Amino acid sequence: MTASALELQAVHKSFGATAIIRGVDMSVGRGERHALIGPNGAGKSTLFHLITGRFPLSSGAVRLNGEDVTGLAPFEIYRRKLARSFQITNIFPRMSVYENLRCAVLWSLGHGYSFLRLIDRMPDVNERAQAVLERIGLAARRDVPAGLLAYAEQRALEIGLAIAGEPEIILLDEPTAGMSHSETEHAVELIRRVSEGRTLLIVEHDMAVVFGLADRISVLVYGEIIASDAPEKIRANRAVQEAYLGTVPA
Amino acid sequence: MSEVALKTRAARTRAPVWLRAAVPWALAVLIILALPQLMTTSFGRTLLIEMGIAIVFAVAYNMLLGETGMLSFGHAIYFGLGGYAAVHVLRFIAAGLLLPVALLPLVGGLGGLVFGLLFGYLSTRRAGTAFAMITLGLMELVVALALIFDHLFGGEEGISGNRTSGPELFGITFGSQLHVYYLVAVWMLVSLALMRAFTRTPVGRLCNAVRDNPERVQFLGYDPSRIRLIAFAGSSFFAGVAGGLFAVNYELMAINSLGAERSALVLLMAYIGGIGSFLGPILGAVLVTFLQVALSDYTQAWLLYLGLFFVLVTLFAPNGLIGLVLMHGPIARAGLLHRLAAAYALALVPALLLAAGLIALVEINYRLAIRPELGPAMKLFGVAFDAKSATAWIVSFLLVGAGLLGLRAVAPRVAARWGETLEVARA
Amino acid sequence: MELVVFSLLNGVLYGLLLFMLSSGLTLIFSMMGVLNFAHASLFMLGAYLAYQIGRYTGFWPGLVLAPLIVGLLGAAIERWGLRTVHRFGHVAELLFTFGLALLIEEVVQLIWGRAPVPYTVPSSLDFAAFTLFGTTYPAYKVFMVLISIGMFGLLGLVLTKTRIGLIIQAALTHPDMVAALGHNVPRVFMLVFGVGSALAGLAGVIGGFALVTSPTMARTLGPIVFVVIVVGGLGSLTGAFVASLLIGIVQTFAVAIDFSLIDLLARFGVTVTRADTFYDLWRIKLAQLAPVLPYFMLVLMLIMRPRGLMGTRET
Repeated sequence: MTASALELQAVHKSFGATAIIRGVDMSVGRGERHALIGPNGAGKSTLFHLITGRFPLSSGAVRLNGEDVTGLAPFEIYRRKLARSFQITNIFPRMSVYENLRCAVLWSLGHGYSFLRLIDRMPDVNERAQAVLERIGLAARRDVPAGLLAYAEQRALEIGLAIAGEPEIILLDEPTAGMSHSETEHAVELIRRVSEGRTLLIVEHDMAVVFGLADRISVLVYGEIIASDAPEKIRANRAVQEAYLGTVPA
Repeated sequence: MSEVALKTRAARTRAPVWLRAAVPWALAVLIILALPQLMTTSFGRTLLIEMGIAIVFAVAYNMLLGETGMLSFGHAIYFGLGGYAAVHVLRFIAAGLLLPVALLPLVGGLGGLVFGLLFGYLSTRRAGTAFAMITLGLMELVVALALIFDHLFGGEEGISGNRTSGPELFGITFGSQLHVYYLVAVWMLVSLALMRAFTRTPVGRLCNAVRDNPERVQFLGYDPSRIRLIAFAGSSFFAGVAGGLFAVNYELMAINSLGAERSALVLLMAYIGGIGSFLGPILGAVLVTFLQVALSDYTQAWLLYLGLFFVLVTLFAPNGLIGLVLMHGPIARAGLLHRLAAAYALALVPALLLAAGLIALVEINYRLAIRPELGPAMKLFGVAFDAKSATAWIVSFLLVGAGLLGLRAVAPRVAARWGETLEVARA
Repeated sequence: MELVVFSLLNGVLYGLLLFMLSSGLTLIFSMMGVLNFAHASLFMLGAYLAYQIGRYTGFWPGLVLAPLIVGLLGAAIERWGLRTVHRFGHVAELLFTFGLALLIEEVVQLIWGRAPVPYTVPSSLDFAAFTLFGTTYPAYKVFMVLISIGMFGLLGLVLTKTRIGLIIQAALTHPDMVAALGHNVPRVFMLVFGVGSALAGLAGVIGGFALVTSPTMARTLGPIVFVVIVVGGLGSLTGAFVASLLIGIVQTFAVAIDFSLIDLLARFGVTVTRADTFYDLWRIKLAQLAPVLPYFMLVLMLIMRPRGLMGTRET
């Protein structure tokens, strides 16, 4: 925990006159599983968009392993080994599951914008894609167009796209949203395995998932972090209970 | 374990996949060799050459529209500028440049590539509707500039060359039309193979990803506009190859070869054939070229018919003609096609009535508005009548009305029959 | 001075005509996400219908009837065409309207022939409105300005004062939210498409006699209108207005200036002959370049500000 993998400094974001993120300072240590919780509309997804370059910051700075990445394009941030999933499933619907994954492993294997070699003849790409396919439990659905998958399967693919490039930092935005109980258990197991040895930042509403998974929890309320601590301390924190935990069934 | 799985999969499928991939190509070569023996007239061979050129252009166009989701309204400028590059080099060849004429399509391709990179750099900064509008604007720009630069583009008359002026190579002089046919055939096969291979490279797959969801591509380490640029440049290269073939065949490039009409035509070819598959644009190119040549002999209104057909395809067959064919795959495999025959025959009757009525209306109007000097007496479907008589108009409108009503009545029954059969086929 | 004033007047006039087209196009695009490729074709239909109606009844009934018919046609296109294509996505919608543009051009030829029709300024408007620097300014041009300004005033009133106008405004700024408003969205779409088409038709009625009413007028004007909305920024009415006037004025001035690089070089004592390699380039007159200028502006805009003057949308 000496150098932070991810560090946010006085991050602000306004849409027009509306301030959504109002000065967030936050730090996620290397190898840490960090959960970001907060009531609906607190700005959790917005914060993810700011970290990953989808929205520009109004002010403040984002650092990855000490390097300032503020204002970089999403693909440039990804190349610094930070990958993410989306709250609303964001896959390639007309391509097969396997092709989805092959596209997701290409950059990290150093293939760049290659159009002189056939993708079928790239053993590293095919092995990694196959491995991720099996890891997310979709091996039997390999050649199905992703748009035709069941909802939980699409969520699994969503996580698969995020982890396929073996990033150092993984951001997952409500990976279990809309899943049944058993599907959630399955997903948590998957997340636990894939985040082994990596830094994880996860937005999650299911408190069982949060407390079962996280080493540290930050609570975002109305665009501000009101607490950032170990799970048991967060559970005991009065401000958090008032603002959040008391109102949401765990 | 996954390695084992991979290997068994490879052992199980690799050989048949190779075979399955080779069969259509072998078939294509056979057809190409057989066609000039079947069609020996100059007219027939011209038609074949035109089809070959159109196929290269349409498949190149589909690298953008079908593979990458980019709609261009001005792709003929790369066809045309490639052709102009080729025809200028052909003039250099006549002046003593040592270059086989057979390589001119490559010159055309390079010409297309250079301008594709230049204009692609500008237009691929935007996607979607804005991109489409920009391609239209760039086309207008190029056409207007081409009209100004007389020396390079030869104005309305164009720039001509002589394809027999090159050094003779293995006895090929391109004096005979058959030589041109084989030149087109070889370049077509090579281009198709390369374009097919491109779809199977990493960038080719990423093109599909950009088509499906450009935003997500950004979060996988790639810049979508860079991928669009590569697709655009590749597509322009092969459009230029087609232009180069056109230049060799006609020995003439004029400004109409880079304008709106040819741009629209290639779009229609690709879309009518079906942009969702590699075969679609090929089918579309063959069909539209045939209609263009065959219909323009019978009627001046062929563009109207083509436009009408295109609108119908956009309304009812978004995957093109090839999509309609592929739709029947499961039913054909189950051997149940005959179950649809009756329903289709039933639908054919009102469809023919409607078509006959529309054709009559169009032809009557064309005679009266465009060719009044021929007089009102005309013949259609073997029936002689007076274009100005009320009867002709009434009959035409009755046909259209009966056809429309009939189709409306029959459509649900055909759809129901189709659904039933598909269910049986799947079970 | 005379040249400047008259070019400015004509430029503004041309700009207003462009805005009559680009405003309808922008409204439809913002609301439905569809760029109507056939918009300029509807403009052309407006001109032809006004000509045809005018032959029976004189100019004035045509001024009202032609836009009305074009508007109804637009609504029908939305109801029986676009609504079917909608489920296939925006590319299919754009292609459908592209096909329509082809069809309309062919049908116009079918009915009125390939040559231009003699749609001329009505005699009631064929007099000099005022005289400036010894040159007269025709009344029909003043009439065109009045009609377009009147139309924008009415449009502004509808947009700001009526319920449907407020929905449209909401759609302009928050395109994703329209469906959530709980209004009868298909009906609103049909209405907007119809009104947008009627605007194009009205522009055709008054543009038809200022330009030439021929089957190619859609093909000539269409690309310029599309450039206007890209330069202005897709989906921005203000952007479309600024870009319309800009392109209108620049193009009109260029037409009026008969000056080439040869003339410029001659001032410095350099003469260029036909044998010179770049003779084609030197001899171009600014007036010759006028039709190209909108597209040059498009290229410049793409280099400097890809989103357009007031654009906020990415695609």
